[in-house]
Amino acid sequence: MIKTQGLTRHFGDFTAVKEVSFELQEGQTLALIGPSGCGKTTTLKMLNRLITPSAGKVWVNGQDISQQPVVQLRRQMGYVIQDMGLFPHYTVAENIAVVPRLLGWEVSKIKARTGALLEQLGLDTGAFAQKYPHELSGGQQQRVGIARALAANPPIVLMDEPFGALDPLTRQQIRRDFMELEELRSKTTIMVTHDIEEAFEMGSLVCLLNRGEVQQLAPPEALLQSPANDFVADFVAEKAAQLELRSAKLRDIFSELPEVPPLPGNALPLSPTLPLLRAIYRLAKARGEHPLGATTYQGQQRYFTLSMLIEAFKNNLQSWAN
Amino acid sequence: MGELITFFSDNQEKVMEQVLEHIGLTFISLLLAALIAIPAGIFITRRPRLSGGVLAFTGILQTIPSIALLGFLIPILGIGLKPAIFALFLYALLPILRNTYTGISEVDAAVKEAALGIGLSKGQLLRQVELPLALPVIFAGLRTATVINVGVATLAAYIGAGGLGEFIFGGIALNNATMILAGALPAALLAIIFDQLLALLQNTNARKLSKTGKPLLLIIPLLSSAYFWPQAYAPGWSAGFPPEFMGRPDGYQKVVDTYGVDFTTTILNNALMYKAVYEGEVEVISGYATDGRVEAYNLRQLEDDRHAFPPYYCAPIVQKKLAEENKILKEALDLLAGRINDSVMTVLNYRVDFDKISPEQVARDFLKAEGLWKSDQNQGGETLIIGSKIFTEQYILVELFSQLINGYTDYDVDTRPGLGGTKICFDALRNGEIDLYPEYTGTGLQVLLDPPQDTLERIITQPDAVYRYVSREFEAQYGLQWLSPLGFNNTYALMMREAQAESLNVKTISDLVGQR
Repeated sequence: MIKTQGLTRHFGDFTAVKEVSFELQEGQTLALIGPSGCGKTTTLKMLNRLITPSAGKVWVNGQDISQQPVVQLRRQMGYVIQDMGLFPHYTVAENIAVVPRLLGWEVSKIKARTGALLEQLGLDTGAFAQKYPHELSGGQQQRVGIARALAANPPIVLMDEPFGALDPLTRQQIRRDFMELEELRSKTTIMVTHDIEEAFEMGSLVCLLNRGEVQQLAPPEALLQSPANDFVADFVAEKAAQLELRSAKLRDIFSELPEVPPLPGNALPLSPTLPLLRAIYRLAKARGEHPLGATTYQGQQRYFTLSMLIEAFKNNLQSWAN
Repeated sequence: MGELITFFSDNQEKVMEQVLEHIGLTFISLLLAALIAIPAGIFITRRPRLSGGVLAFTGILQTIPSIALLGFLIPILGIGLKPAIFALFLYALLPILRNTYTGISEVDAAVKEAALGIGLSKGQLLRQVELPLALPVIFAGLRTATVINVGVATLAAYIGAGGLGEFIFGGIALNNATMILAGALPAALLAIIFDQLLALLQNTNARKLSKTGKPLLLIIPLLSSAYFWPQAYAPGWSAGFPPEFMGRPDGYQKVVDTYGVDFTTTILNNALMYKAVYEGEVEVISGYATDGRVEAYNLRQLEDDRHAFPPYYCAPIVQKKLAEENKILKEALDLLAGRINDSVMTVLNYRVDFDKISPEQVARDFLKAEGLWKSDQNQGGETLIIGSKIFTEQYILVELFSQLINGYTDYDVDTRPGLGGTKICFDALRNGEIDLYPEYTGTGLQVLLDPPQDTLERIITQPDAVYRYVSREFEAQYGLQWLSPLGFNNTYALMMREAQAESLNVKTISDLVGQR
């Protein structure tokens, strides 16, 4: 879906990013993480050409992006930044409609799309559509920022510390809502964060950078289990416990799950690689009194209830404590 | 206040004309400045390295005193509308440029980054984000520029571009507060009205502004064109008259009353009118007979065949007490009595105006040639202050007087040349702020005395009678003494280009009647 090769950027004598290469499949999320000044934001901005690489290339769907008109390129990539950057002179609805309008969508289609996005993000259309950004809380503004990025259905979403400006509680809330967005499941997402828990929770791949160089590019649990070097080991050590929990996936408890549904009803199909925490969250949010989940791993199907997941999570916690 | 209302009702047409001219001047220049400064402001936000230099340059333009700027522009652009608009344009540049630059620079960097990031082109970023957000600041700049322009436009009258300054300059020249107010008050009102209207626009939000902005784009050119409305119907000869001539009893009104000739007048100051008629900006001016430029520009003096103008013999006037207590002063000044005839004075004027020799040097050369020059006596006496009106001849006379007094008396001399007009000099003399200045008999007669009509008619053709009359009346009424006349008669005269006068066969003022 998106691929980089030897991406490098110098600012004068300073090398901000040095030979960063990765490849991301459709629907994957890459979390770029590292200490301040490690080059993660620069890397992100080279993907939509806000910054021109000094060397290296980016391909989207096999096409070299340096050969594409920059405006068209950006319109198929959602972009969310920490400071939101909502247009203060536009209403919420108009902010969300910017890219569809630029793309020449019909008014009725834009309106429907805007309403749908607001509802998905938990903002009541009637109450919010005509408000101006300054009338919203930080959390609401960031939801609108996300809605604006998603409005034209871009296959790729770039996010630069999307939750960075929010207080911890709001942050967690919005992050969860965000991850559960139907819209986003199919998106290929690249996000910059300095919060390693966030990276572990959201990233199907984590790319840890230091001084512009990739230290390790791997699924989150790999950074814990087999750190590529001391820097990676040190970086994850402090929060190892939390990260362990966040990286525990459905497939890790697969063997503990029953083959036959413990309850009647339709089961919600979930990926075996879904982190346990997110599975709990998603099931808790699912409709119905006794939600039921199902997952298929190596050709076998297993079923679970919310309480079973929570139990498994506790055991996991226990095993880590021992 | 009553006087002001009377003045307005007496001069309705003129007031309307000046207000329209004033609005026109303000908005033509504002429009031009906006057309240049807004794009330039945008441009320098894209080239930050240039911004410092460009802003500094317009800042420097702003610091040039307005009268001086107008003066600089005359040799390049002549007089009238062009230099006035150009000067106003220069003054309007800075506030608009600076505010455009500031407004756009201050747009939140995150907003710009997000806009580009989601795929706005640079043009779309400018039109949809930066300009709307900067609009209130840009409007504040336009507002500042408008108020500055309404103010500076009063000076346009100084170079013959009309506007409310005509009353103000006329009022200053004649020391007529009502007339000054008649120009100043509407100018102030215009400034306040435009300021408030623009403030209203500035405070409505950007979206409404962009809607109202469109009609506004039509209104500004409309207001700009206001300047030309009065000129659309302009009967009679186009004439350039100095403010004082317009206001004095022996001036414009007298000519119109005596001859019944039609003029469309432009107010022009003394220094500029000769060139203006020479260059065809106007057809007729009210020149001074002894001015060096009459000859140089080949102007024809129209004969005053029906004696609208009295004789204007020049003599110093002083406080009677001072003259009587200091015979030596009177003796020193009497050395010049009858020595300067019309052609001599014309030559002296010419040397200053055209040979660009200082009045001081011209005066000294003359005194030396006449064998009158003496070096300074010992200083240390009382200080005598000599005033003058604001045209070349008077500057020379001040020098002549002051060099004689220095040479023949132990007075110290201090000069106050360039006082705005007759009434100012006269009032200064009466109040003891100056001790003497050169005056003309006709001016004394008609501007300062206002004799009964029959007396006027009886003496107006006789120079000696006029001199005796003003001497007697000045002494009686004001305690001022006319010293001996210097010899020349610097009369007002209507003047035209020789070629035009020839082709139209105009020799006298009467010949002007009925031609237009």
